[in-house]
This record gives sequence, C-alpha cells and structure tokens, in this order.
Amino acid sequence: MIDLVWLIPLLPFIGFLINGLGRNVLPKPLIGTIASLAVIGSFAISLSIFLTFDAAQPQVIHLFDWINVGSLSIPFAFQIDQLSIMMLLIITGIGSLIHIYSAGYMSHDTGFGKFFAYLNLFVFFMLLLVMGSNYVIMFIGWEGVGLCSYLLIGFWYSNGAYADAAKKAFIMNRIGDLGFLLGVFLIISTFGSVSFTEIFPKAAGMVSGDATLILITILLFIGATGKSAQLPLFTWLPDAMAGPTPVSALIHAATMVTAGIYMIARSNILFALSPVTLDIIAVIGLLTAVVAAFIALTQTDIKKVLAYSTVSQLGYMFLGLGVGAFTGAFFHVLTHAFFKALLFLGAGSVIHAMSNEQDMRNMGGLRKKLPITFLTMLIGTIAIAGLPPFAGFFSKDEILAHVYEHNKLLWIIGLFGAFLTAAYMFRMMFLTFWGNFRGTEDQKHHLHESPVSMTFPLIVLAILSIVGGFMGVPHALGGHHWLNEYLSPVLAATNNILPALSLDHATEYMLMGISVGGVIISIIIAYVKYVSKGYVPKEEELQSGISKLSYNKLYLDELYTAIIQKPLDALSAFFFKVVDKSGIDGLVNGLGKVSIEASKTLRLLQTGNVGFYIFAMVIGIVAVLVYSFIII
Amino acid sequence: MGLLSILIFVPLLFGLTILLLPKKYSQSYKYFTVAVAVIQLAITAYLYCQFQTGAAFTGVNQLDSYQFKEYLPWIRLDIGKFGALQIDYLLGVDGFSIPLLFLSALVMLIAALSSWEIKENHKGYFSLMMLLNTAIMGVFCALDIFLFYVFYELMLLPLYFLIGIWGGVRREYAAIKFFLYTLLGSVFMLLVIAGLYFSVIDPLTGNHTFNMVHMMNPQNYVPDGIFSFLAHQDILGIPARLLGFIVVFIAFAIKVPIVPFHTWLPDAHVEAPTPISIILAGVLLKVGGYGIIRIAYSIFPDVALNLSFYIGLLGVISILYGAMVALAQTDLKRLIAYSSVSHMGFVLLGLASLTSEGISGAMMQMISHGFLSVMLFFIVGVVYNRVHDRYIYNFRGLATHMPIYTGFVMIAFFASLGLPGFSAFIAEAFSLIGAFNSESVNGLIPRWMAILGSFGILLGAAYLLWTLQRMFFGQLRVKEENWLIKLKDLNVREILTLVPLAFFAILLGVIPSLVFNIINTSVNQFILLFT
Repeated sequence: MIDLVWLIPLLPFIGFLINGLGRNVLPKPLIGTIASLAVIGSFAISLSIFLTFDAAQPQVIHLFDWINVGSLSIPFAFQIDQLSIMMLLIITGIGSLIHIYSAGYMSHDTGFGKFFAYLNLFVFFMLLLVMGSNYVIMFIGWEGVGLCSYLLIGFWYSNGAYADAAKKAFIMNRIGDLGFLLGVFLIISTFGSVSFTEIFPKAAGMVSGDATLILITILLFIGATGKSAQLPLFTWLPDAMAGPTPVSALIHAATMVTAGIYMIARSNILFALSPVTLDIIAVIGLLTAVVAAFIALTQTDIKKVLAYSTVSQLGYMFLGLGVGAFTGAFFHVLTHAFFKALLFLGAGSVIHAMSNEQDMRNMGGLRKKLPITFLTMLIGTIAIAGLPPFAGFFSKDEILAHVYEHNKLLWIIGLFGAFLTAAYMFRMMFLTFWGNFRGTEDQKHHLHESPVSMTFPLIVLAILSIVGGFMGVPHALGGHHWLNEYLSPVLAATNNILPALSLDHATEYMLMGISVGGVIISIIIAYVKYVSKGYVPKEEELQSGISKLSYNKLYLDELYTAIIQKPLDALSAFFFKVVDKSGIDGLVNGLGKVSIEASKTLRLLQTGNVGFYIFAMVIGIVAVLVYSFIII
Repeated sequence: MGLLSILIFVPLLFGLTILLLPKKYSQSYKYFTVAVAVIQLAITAYLYCQFQTGAAFTGVNQLDSYQFKEYLPWIRLDIGKFGALQIDYLLGVDGFSIPLLFLSALVMLIAALSSWEIKENHKGYFSLMMLLNTAIMGVFCALDIFLFYVFYELMLLPLYFLIGIWGGVRREYAAIKFFLYTLLGSVFMLLVIAGLYFSVIDPLTGNHTFNMVHMMNPQNYVPDGIFSFLAHQDILGIPARLLGFIVVFIAFAIKVPIVPFHTWLPDAHVEAPTPISIILAGVLLKVGGYGIIRIAYSIFPDVALNLSFYIGLLGVISILYGAMVALAQTDLKRLIAYSSVSHMGFVLLGLASLTSEGISGAMMQMISHGFLSVMLFFIVGVVYNRVHDRYIYNFRGLATHMPIYTGFVMIAFFASLGLPGFSAFIAEAFSLIGAFNSESVNGLIPRWMAILGSFGILLGAAYLLWTLQRMFFGQLRVKEENWLIKLKDLNVREILTLVPLAFFAILLGVIPSLVFNIINTSVNQFILLFT
C-alpha cells in the first residue's frame, strides 16, 4: 500500500485541475462529488497505510531527483512515519467531512466550482507539507497552503475588507516564512543537506545548547509563529474569518494553522537540543494562549470568538512543545482538529440558518430550532473546555501536567487561561442557544436546521470529540496512552534527551481535580451572567473599562500600523522622492544642464567679429610667450 | 553558414524586405516579424535540445569546447610595428549563452505579438525591430570582443528611435536619457577593449587579438601589456586591471540596471511602447548580466574576486532599494520597472557569492525574470491600450469585470513574488543560498547580505499584493464611465501571448533541472577561473 503513497496528494491535485478547468461548465453536484471523492480517496489510502504500517524507521519514498546544483541535492521524496500518518488521517479525514459539508453550505454560491478547486488545491499543498521528506518540499507545501488561504479568505473579493484580510494574512505569513527560509539556509550550510533522514541523525550527535542549533530552531519557530498565529504574528487569523466558514474550519482551525506544531514536532531533535528555544516557545505559547483568551471574552461575532479560541489553543500546543511535551502537544493538535472543526461547522450551520448573521447579540434561543447543531456544538464546547471524558480534557491535561512539572508559575497562568476558555466558550453557547431570539422577524421566519450534508459531518465530528481523547488516556486513569507508544519511534532520540513526566498519580489526580473544578466554576459564572440574568453585551459597555482593551484586541493592529507600516511607507517615499528623483536624477539632469549651459556660454565667444578673434589670438600668443620665457 | 549566423541574420534579411516592400503591404509587416520570431524560436529550441554538457563542453575559457562554433577571419590589417590587426567573425555558445538565446527568441516573439498596438509608421517600426533583433542575437553569440561591441552598440540605435518616436508623452527625454546613460558606459568600455587588444596575443598566430576567450587565459597576455596579470601597471595611480574591471562593470551595471545607475530604466519603460518595454525588460537587462559574467568577471577574475564584497553589497542595495521605491509608486508601469531593479539585484548577489548555487541561481533569475517581466509589462500594456491610463488609483475591482485578465495577473504577480512552484522562487532561493553559504565556503561575502536580500522577497509580496488588492478586488469602480466598455477582457491573441510565458514560469519552477543541468558544466568551469 505504501507504494501508492504518491496518489495521496495526486488525487486532490487532479480534483483541482478538473474543477479548476471545468468550474463554469460542470454541474454543481458533479463538482462537489469530484472534489469530495478526491479527498475521500486520499483518506482511504491513508487509512490503509495507517492500518498496515509497522516500521520503526521512517520510510522514504523517493520519487525522483529534483534539483542537483553544486553539492546540494534536493530529491522529490515523501516520508511516511507515525507522525506524517497521523497528519494524513486528520487532513484527509476532516478534509473529506468538510468537503461534504461545503457541498451543502456553498450550494447557493456562484463561485461554487472555484471554491472546490481552491479547496482541493489546499489539500494537495497541505499533504505535500506533511509528506515531504525534506525541508524544501515542506516549504513548498507551506507556501502553497498560504496561497490557498489567501485565495479562500479573499474568496468574496468584491468586498474590499475581505480582500484586505487576505492580503494581511499572506504578508504576515510571509514574515514568518522568511524565518523559515533562513532557517533552511542555515540547515543547508550546517548539515549540507535538506533531508530529514540525513539531518536528524547528525543533529542527534551534537551537544545540547549548540549555538547554531539554537539559531536554526529560533528561525524555524519564527516560521511557525506566522503560520500558526502566535504572538506577535497572530492578528491575521481573526481577520481570516472573512473566508467562507468551511474554510475557517479546515484551514484556520484543523489543519494549516497546526503546520507550525507539525514542523517543530517533525524537527523535535533539533528543538530538544536547544533548551533556550524551548523556553522561548513556552513563553510565547503561554502569552498567546492567555492574550487570545482575554480577547475572546468580549467578542460578539461568533466566528471571531472561535478564531481567538483557535489562537489560544494553538498557544497551548506551543506551550506543550516548549516544556518538552511533544506527544501532548501533538495530541492536542488531533483533538483540537476534531472539536474546533466541529465548532466552526456548527457556527456555519448557525450562520446559514440565520441568513448570514454572525453577531451573537442578534441570536439567542436557537437550541429548539437547530437541535442537531445545538447538541453537536455543545459537545464541542464541553470538549474544548476540558471536561472528562471528552477529547480536550485528556490532551490539555497532559500539556498542563508537563507544565506543572516544568514551572509552577507557567502552570498557574496556563490554568487561568483554561478557565477563561471555558468561560468564553460557554458565553458563546449561552448567547447563541439560550434566552430569547433577538434577531429580526425575517430571520426568525427563515430559521431552519441545516441539510443532511451539513449535519452529517457535525455528528461524525461530535462523536470524535467525545471518543477522540481515548487515544491518549494517561496511566493515572488506567490507560496506557496509545498515542505516546505509537509516536515513540518518531520521538525516540528526543525521549533520550528530555526527561519523561515523573509526577506521581496523586499529584496528577490533584491537577485534574483543580482544572475540572475551575472549569465547572467558570461555566457556572457564565451561566449566571448570560442565562440567569439574561445579559446581552451592549456596544457602550464593551467600549469602557477593561472590556475596551479586550474588545479592541489590545490595539495590536493599530500598534503594527504605527510602528511598521507607517515608517516603511515614509521610507519608501523618501527613497523615491528624495534619493531617486532629487538625488540621482537631479545629478543626471544637472550634468545635462551644466553641459548645455556651458556650451551656450562658450558659443557666445563665436561672435563672427574678426577683430575680436585677432585680439584673442594676440592675447593667446602673449600668454604662451610669458609662460615659456618667464615662468620656466 | 551555421545555425547561429542564420539566427542572427534572418531578421536583418526580413528587415530589408520590409524596407523594400511598398507601403500598401504595411499590414503584413507584423506577420513578417512574427514569422521571423517563430523561425528563431525553432532554431534556438533545436540548439537547446542539441546542446551537450559534460567535460568536453565546458565553454567559458575553453575555446574548443564552445558549441555551434563559426569562424571567419573578418578584418586583417597590417599596422606596421603593431603587427597585424585581427578581428574575427567568431561565434559560439556555452551554458551561459544558450538559455539566454532561447529566452531572447521567445521574448522577440512576444514583442512581435504585442506590436499590434503600433498604429503609425509601420515600415520604420518593424524594420528597426528587426535590426534590434539581429543585434540581440549577435551579442549572445559573439566570442570576439570587437564583434560583441559592434552588436552591443547596434542595439542602442534602434532602441533610441523606437522609444523616441513611438513612445509616450515624455519620450524624447526618456530616449535621450537612455541613450546617454548607456553610451557613457560603453564609450569607456571601448578604451578598455583597445587596451585588452594590445595586451593579448593569439597563441596560434602571435597577433594581437580581440578574441575574448583568449583574454580569459593569463598566459596569452604579453608580459608588459597594460592589462597583464603580472605587470601590475597603473593608470592615473590606480591599478590598470582594477580600473579595467570597474569600467566594464559599470558599463554593464547600467544595463542591468544596478542602483545607483538605474534611473534611466523607469523613464524608458514608462515612455516606451509595450513591445519595447518587453524587449527592454526581457532581454536588454539580461545583456547587462551576461556582460558582467562573460566579460567583466571572466576577463578580470582576479579583480572580481577582490571586489566580491562590494559587488554583493550593490546587489543587496538594488534588491532592497528597488523594492522600497516600488512600494511608493502609483503608476503601474513604473512599479513594475522598479520591481525589475529589485529582482535583477538577486543576479548580482548570487554572482558575487561565486558558489555554484549562487551562480546557477543568478542565471535562473535572469531567465525567470525574462519570462515574468515580459508577462508583467504585457499585462500593463493590456490596460494601457484600452484606456490610456496606468494610474493605479483609477482602477478598482477589475476582477469581476475582466476575470481572465485577472487570472493571468495573479499568476504573474504570485510568480514574481517568489511563490514556490514558479521559476522565481527557485532562482531567488538559489541566489540566496549561494550568498548565504559563501561565508563558509569561500568567505567572499558575509551572511548578513543574504539575510537582508531575503527581505526583498517580503517587500515584493507587499507591493504586488497591494497592487492586486487595490486594482482588482473590491467593488468595481473606474475613473470614467465609458472605461467599462473599453476594458474588455483578453482577446485570443493576448491569451495566446500570455500562455507560453505562464507555462515557462511554471515549467522552470517545477522542473528547474531543465536549466540547471544545461548550465551546470559551464558554471563549474566558470568558478575555476577564480581559484
């Protein structure tokens, strides 16, 4: 089966070609079917590889020699191991569900064919990213998903604000990509290769804290902060909600934004040997987690809440990586993919029912009208809040347990962020599904549960959000953490360097107790405020006190405009107007003018007056005589 | 008569035919031009496929290993005590020239196809185009430096008239600026060529020679020649070889163009008609890069090696400065012109690293920028021909109105901003890899140059996406109501013009070895000059 691995990215690419070329010709049902089947086909192959793969070593499938220049050779090859297999399952599995969902969600859109072409192209690049056996192929996928993200955020480009959001996303990603690119350059000059299987064994022999390794890992991490929306580069992700909701679910929650974590997990040995970088990652991750949760508390757009929650959860994943919990962080990637895709698709179902209304202040009481959407979203919310036995509990707890062992202060802040998570998520649920309907009569009239093509993916994802956590039940709860064992070949070298979790079971029970207790209290507080008291946030209240800071996203966008964009524009204008126009061109034109003026002046000597010529001649002769007889 | 001669003189022949044909056939001239370009494209494609690589085909300083060589003694003049004047008609290609020949033929075809916009004085226009074509092909084939210089200067004349007569409002200013800038560079170069002639002898005949391949071998220099490697002569207190290199380098740097010798370019581009902009960006700038490799670097390797730091620095400055100035533009064509300055900076940076990655990247960048800049200028021409306006703020939301056009614009823009999958990514990445590795491989240029250079890629994304967003997205709105009728989507001829360019940009991005494998042998031979 592993010989067919090249088909996994090829199928969505073929889907892209067919739908791209036939977007205006083919009937909509056919387009949706082709696109979905392409991804489902990839899922089937991925699943059969998952079921049959048992090698302890990564399998490199060499397709062809791509570039050979000087001493550098870049093969076009795929690497199949436990890490890439898990990512393949997530991308193609959740990808399939979202394709099916989109066939319903986008059915009224005129750009239906274009949408599915882009979506297939995205899956292709995402697969390239996780399957590449070297950093260059990974980078190609990395930039490719950035392109698709750009195209899909700006899908409704005739809205100028949406097109702006797309541009912002691409440029902020590019800032990160620059770090990634420089990291790859440094890898090339250090290891003379870009292939994982050549770099990692060499790196494993280096000493911990090697300066070059620290530099490489910091550069790679800068790449990750762009793609995975971490401080200071996260502000593009909430704006990216301009894209159609299935896009938010697939790209901006389940897959693309986790690429940064995948990249670090893939390069785990490099990071494990760079403790300085790990500390930086932990701090940045934690800061992002808390800041985003703080902002999410006051947002009124249902998708914005989910977007900030994604940023925050990604922060937890980086926190996990930073404290050396590679399995835990990756575990959270998987469970987060389930419940966050679910929540976004649920939000899409709500928006669909509400005739494109996204402001929660105009919703309320929807649980009776949208029972399936409500139930599935409730499951997703419980899962993200981290109540057992739902998926999020196990993964978040594993991260927090590692943090606790690593540093108590980080743990307290992280725990606080987790309580905030429960609070803003249930706030969202209460505002949307409880209370009285606050929309227009027209909207009320149209309220309806979504079609099967949309509810079916919700149900599947809800089930996964319930049971997904069982792949990593800790020993303290009588499990044997299947995921940890499964991933152990990939993390073997790292596990030799970083200490394993050594908490006793009593401590683990205590940690779980504190976090579950705090989450329940947060939910109760939210319930009292938004259900019992029926509070609905008002604009003027959001614009005062500490809410103002949260509601306006800490004014980060304004800050970036002031410290980066404005000076850059001023410098450009200076270069153009002063250096180029006045400076260089001034000199060039000045030279021209001087020669013209000089010729004009000299021309005046040619008067045509013979007497003047004779006079000049005599003066000249005298001058020559004086020069040759007197001076010399 | 060999294929290279046919390649060079077919356009001249057709140009004469155009001159002789009565005016009533003037509508047929453009088809002549297209026919010539198709013939040339076929010949260069054939040459490209027949081109051999390997130890016996290195080119550079090995005269015997050049391919498709043609040799005719051209001028033999006994000049008394100075021996015999020897100028040869010597043609040949190696890995550095063959891809540029193919590129030139393709660019000439695109230029011919975009000449439909020319409305007046067809006879003069198309015969000058043919003359220009001959000169361009000659430059890339000539191995005798005198012959090279003849072709090189021959390019200037038709370009001057093509801009000065068929250009925009300020065409005369632009034409004279272009003319003086380039002439200034090449006049001094002529002195160096004369100096080289008296310093070098043909090892077979014992005469002084203009053969540039002989000039690359130190043992062909007469011991007391002005440019002799050993004599260390001074001119005005400056070492002669240093001065020679600088003069030649500046002559070609003006063509590339490298900051601060670039200000002719935006003016020339803005005023030139679309096909001439296409030739300027697609081929002319590459003549500069080719000249630096073939003449400045190959004949003065010792000096080039010592000046690597400054050359790399000029490259980095061009990359960043060009991109920054592009960011401040409101005229679409001027923006593209400055983006050329930025992109050509990568050529210099890659070259200065003197690593095979860097030089391969530089060559790739010349070819890639050839396709992409042509595409970009053609795209500007599409809007300009329809409404005679290029001011970016006068357009908004064109994507809904001209979807096919927007599709090509997006391909060209994303390719230019270095997205993987397109040729520019490979080219810029390898230029930067070379520059980055140089510090540890040969210590010629420091690492921060590569780091700063890579910021050019970021700035490229900034100005291109800003333009895309400003002109093509949002609600449809243009300056004047009747523009909406004039702004028709692309016609078949325009689509057929853009397709091959997009095709090559993607082809070389996906299979870069099509170029890398062809140039590899010569690149390695070239590096040997510096050891």
